[in-house]
Amino acid sequence: MGFPDRIERTVEIAHPPDKVWAALTTAEGLSAWFGNEARIDLRPGGSAWMRWSQGETADMRVERVEEPAVFGFTWHIYGLPEGDPRRTYVEFTLEPVASGTRLTVVETGFAQLPEDVYGKAFDGNTQGWASELGELVQYLDAA
Amino acid sequence: MRPDSEATAEQVFVALADPTRRAILAALSSAGPATATDLAGRLPITRQAIAKHLALLTEAGLVTAEHGERRRVRYRLRSAPMRVAQQFLAALARDWDGPMEALKDHLDGRTTPR
Repeated sequence: MGFPDRIERTVEIAHPPDKVWAALTTAEGLSAWFGNEARIDLRPGGSAWMRWSQGETADMRVERVEEPAVFGFTWHIYGLPEGDPRRTYVEFTLEPVASGTRLTVVETGFAQLPEDVYGKAFDGNTQGWASELGELVQYLDAA
Repeated sequence: MRPDSEATAEQVFVALADPTRRAILAALSSAGPATATDLAGRLPITRQAIAKHLALLTEAGLVTAEHGERRRVRYRLRSAPMRVAQQFLAALARDWDGPMEALKDHLDGRTTPR
């Protein structure tokens, strides 16, 4: 199967898990290495947000918080149109090792194609701007 | 994942590999549905060549043929296959190596530009 669904990286970090955990799960940590600005409500269902100096932003939803071992969130698939319902799941796993921490990041869901997306959003979108412009004209005519 | 996603993505990439088909798709994307005659008027390509490529694109599901009045056939871009190809590209465009290096540098007290 050539369609990539899962991306995985493992790095060894010469610092204990609690220090790595803080870098991954606090606004101060995330803004120091990942985004340029960050906010996070660290609880399952909480929201997080990052912004980069070029102006890009990422809205995340916190899914798993098991300090200091597992941190998971979902976010929008970079490069897809704004408002596209597809999201990928990112999970960081921290494992204590003699040299510090073995950190694994797994991002999955690139190959997802939910049935409802295929049916509604996709085929709906073949109407595209033509029907949206038609609705705009109707709206303006009615006003 | 639907089993045909990879085949769909492949059809998009095959279509985009040809400059004439790219020009046709770009024209349909920027100005909306058009007939083969409309496209021949706008692109430096013969109507015969456009008709041949439109048939191929229709077969691949990247455009749909709409039969209008006076037997005119208008071709419309189908966005669904493009979105499947975008997913493929999104996975290739995702960079975790950079952020992982930046995390290490941050914890080691070095700074990396982001």
